[in-house]
Amino acid sequence: MTAAIEIDALAKHFGATGALNGVTVNVERGEIFGLIGPDGSGKSTLFRLLVTLLLPDGGRATVEGLDIVKDFLKIRARVGYMPGRFSLYPDLTVEENLHLFATLFGVRVEDNRPLIQRVYSHIEPFRRRRASALSGGMKQKLALSCALIHRPSVLFLDEPTTGIDPVSRAELWETLADLKRQGVTVMVSTPYMDEARLCDRVALMQSGRFLDVASPPEIVARHGTTTWAARAERMSKLLTDLRAHPTVETCYAFGDRHHVTPRPGASPLLLRAAMETLGHRQVEISEILPGIEDCFIRIAGQPPREP
Amino acid sequence: MNAITTERLTKRFGAFTAVDNLSFEVKRGEIFGFLGANGAGKTTAIRVLCGLSKPTSGRAEVAGFDVATHPERVKRHIGYMSQRFSLYEDLTVRENIRLYAGIYGIPTAEIRTKSDALLRRLEFGDWRDRLVRVLPQGWRQKLAFSVAIFHEPAVVFLDEPTGGVDPLTRRQFWELIYQAADRGITIFVTTHYMDEAEYCNRVSIMVDGRIEALDSPRRLKEQRGAATMDEVFRQLARGARRT
Repeated sequence: MTAAIEIDALAKHFGATGALNGVTVNVERGEIFGLIGPDGSGKSTLFRLLVTLLLPDGGRATVEGLDIVKDFLKIRARVGYMPGRFSLYPDLTVEENLHLFATLFGVRVEDNRPLIQRVYSHIEPFRRRRASALSGGMKQKLALSCALIHRPSVLFLDEPTTGIDPVSRAELWETLADLKRQGVTVMVSTPYMDEARLCDRVALMQSGRFLDVASPPEIVARHGTTTWAARAERMSKLLTDLRAHPTVETCYAFGDRHHVTPRPGASPLLLRAAMETLGHRQVEISEILPGIEDCFIRIAGQPPREP
Repeated sequence: MNAITTERLTKRFGAFTAVDNLSFEVKRGEIFGFLGANGAGKTTAIRVLCGLSKPTSGRAEVAGFDVATHPERVKRHIGYMSQRFSLYEDLTVRENIRLYAGIYGIPTAEIRTKSDALLRRLEFGDWRDRLVRVLPQGWRQKLAFSVAIFHEPAVVFLDEPTGGVDPLTRRQFWELIYQAADRGITIFVTTHYMDEAEYCNRVSIMVDGRIEALDSPRRLKEQRGAATMDEVFRQLARGARRT
């Protein structure tokens, strides 16, 4: 059986940002595959190529075994796509939008109700409200409901959680796990690194290239280096002082701790003593396991690996 | 003196109470995180504090001026930046600075010297005469923030300034925020990144138009037995009626 999505040296060139410089990967059926990278790294371009809204300049790709250039009409019937920008009809109500999308795909809302139940139940109380009057979180839930209503076998979600609060984000990821259990393949992009660990595999993207493709634990195993978490009373000054210390290679703020990449041979005890000498109080420095975000910061600063 | 003081600040649209009885203070030079779920009323509250929308009842003072009676004075003493719109893409880096500085009435000679210094500090080099449209996202974000505080406002409002930005740029951005706060500029910032909530001196969490919690991140976590701000946020916002 072929993979759900096969991408081979796919390329699209235009303008300064957003181009795709030849990416290759196979996404398996029922996989949640994450595209992780900043704005302009080519995530949206890859989506638009795969859902047949753009033609590639190089390489090829298939979705459910169908070619994205030759079989574009067949692909459109089989995939669900939620673009990064809200693209429903603002003057239609919640209910009207949903029925419109169902009708366009030749299905009835009632028939596929169970598939969207979890996400739609949150907005159903507002079903007579116009889409333009919904909050950001509700808009995303409606957009997802519309993308799912024809029971697609592959779902493309372009930054569904950008600008969405943590509670709604958690709900959306629960929905994706549901869909995976029902055999739906999901390709999803996000700028939130903590969401990467909810994917089966992720591609770290930058400048139109895949820096690496692997499961989140593999990414950490491959790119993680010794990492220390540091805190003290004055965090802003601590950041400056840690960076200036000769045993510190890099140091970045990570929430309530700073993450330090030490140089070979460095010792957390000596570093703590050095910070105390500089007047810092309640200094704590301890070794931690690096996360995806540590890895991304690390490899984003290096030249890309050729696929 | 406080940079922001609100007393029972309320904004209604018909029967709908978007902002419900907010009373809080933000100190000068403080980094204040204004958190809340989508639809909780953050944007409406910010519009009132910026003098763009009149409160229905209660009062608010920003940079020493009442937002209802002196909205134009408020506007002169604040800066504003949002993720969605901040710079004109069809103008160059330097033209954007000149436009914003001009709007705030800064003399031409001062604009020139200050913008040269700024562009050097940001290491913009040859990019200064390029269109903003072609700037890498991270640079755009840093420029937008620098433009928003170019006139040295008392308070700067940042509405999700780091949405969709890569991790490295987010961190560089927060270092600019720290520097501005060290110079005495008060920072009023919204974000959905809970690690960024940790960078704030204090945060408030809005649920359904009300502030349900307000304290330092450390104390909020202690009070609720939570390991992270994400957990604190979820505990409070789970019960929201408006999402």
